[in-house]
Amino acid sequence: MAEDIKKLMYVNRRAPYGTIYAWESLEVVLIGAAFDQDVSLAFMDDGVYQLMKGQNTEAAGMKNFSPTYSALGDYEVTKIYVEKESLEERGLTLDDLQHLVWEDEDDDWAERDSIHLVSRAELADVMAEHDMMFNF
Amino acid sequence: MKLTIQVNEGPYQHQASDSAYHFTKAALEKGHEIFRVFFYHDGVNNGTRLTTPPQDDRNVVNRWSELSKEHDLDLVICVAAAQRRGIVDDGEAERNGKDATNIADGFRISGLGQLIEGAVQSDRLVVFGD
Amino acid sequence: MSILHIVNKSPYEKNSVAMAAGYAKEGDTVLLIEDAVYAAVKAGSASAKLSGLDVSVLGSDLAARGVAEDKLADGVNVVDYAGFVDLVEAKDSVQSWL
Repeated sequence: MAEDIKKLMYVNRRAPYGTIYAWESLEVVLIGAAFDQDVSLAFMDDGVYQLMKGQNTEAAGMKNFSPTYSALGDYEVTKIYVEKESLEERGLTLDDLQHLVWEDEDDDWAERDSIHLVSRAELADVMAEHDMMFNF
Repeated sequence: MKLTIQVNEGPYQHQASDSAYHFTKAALEKGHEIFRVFFYHDGVNNGTRLTTPPQDDRNVVNRWSELSKEHDLDLVICVAAAQRRGIVDDGEAERNGKDATNIADGFRISGLGQLIEGAVQSDRLVVFGD
Repeated sequence: MSILHIVNKSPYEKNSVAMAAGYAKEGDTVLLIEDAVYAAVKAGSASAKLSGLDVSVLGSDLAARGVAEDKLADGVNVVDYAGFVDLVEAKDSVQSWL
């Protein structure tokens, strides 16, 4: 790996809408994609709520930014880690979350899952491989 | 060591800006390089010169301005977050038709890319927030 | 690679101390600042969450809150801001459990 490429992890621990952290965090991810770094997203604690299917903000009168997550694959953001314990504590399964995919150009644009369901211990190992963690 | 500091909260409401300031000052005193201090979320409110804290309290905004002057610190306010919250410099006032500016000395408004660049160029990223 | 886990939330209000403890591995350090300093108080129930970990606490935030150093759990290191900077340098990366 080239020296000027760093492993960056965006750590998402906040629910959407109640505060702006989730949305402004996603804005950093989108801008950051232009920098050609090795990027991962981690969702834990209330951050797992960011990925919920079926978000409808019309009556709440707020901007629904959840469709943006499904575009992450096009930004070459393909490693999305969801912490199993956080999901289970909240009575959720992967079926409650959006199905996020990316297309593998090295394999005839085969569709691959972006989301990796990992335990806290596994995610701790993944985090330790990164050079920088962004916290919001 | 080369550092980038991220500040996510405004002055007074939360201790984050105080912690970031004292950390930045201590790092400079130890001879480390501060590549950039990046103000994001409500942290952009650290960059308004219009605050008037009581005289017996610290002046969070001026403290950053003075540290910047003393050490040639790069204090960057995120443009997208600033537009939402009304932190304005001459360029922003002209672009968005605002009738006033409020940016404090030593701060500049720029894009989110400055945060990513800070992380890529530095040895450590340290985030202060709520 | 080693991580400095910074926590700034009271363990009696948020789960950040517990999360940092869950993610901290051998070689890591947990640094308690701002309202997280209450987690280091030996008599408090939260201090058990940090047992077995390398824990430092920011002295100025302890003092501001009227917590005497002799009330801290065994093995907790008290650092000043210069010590905070040293911890950042000593570890490979920093995770802030905001």
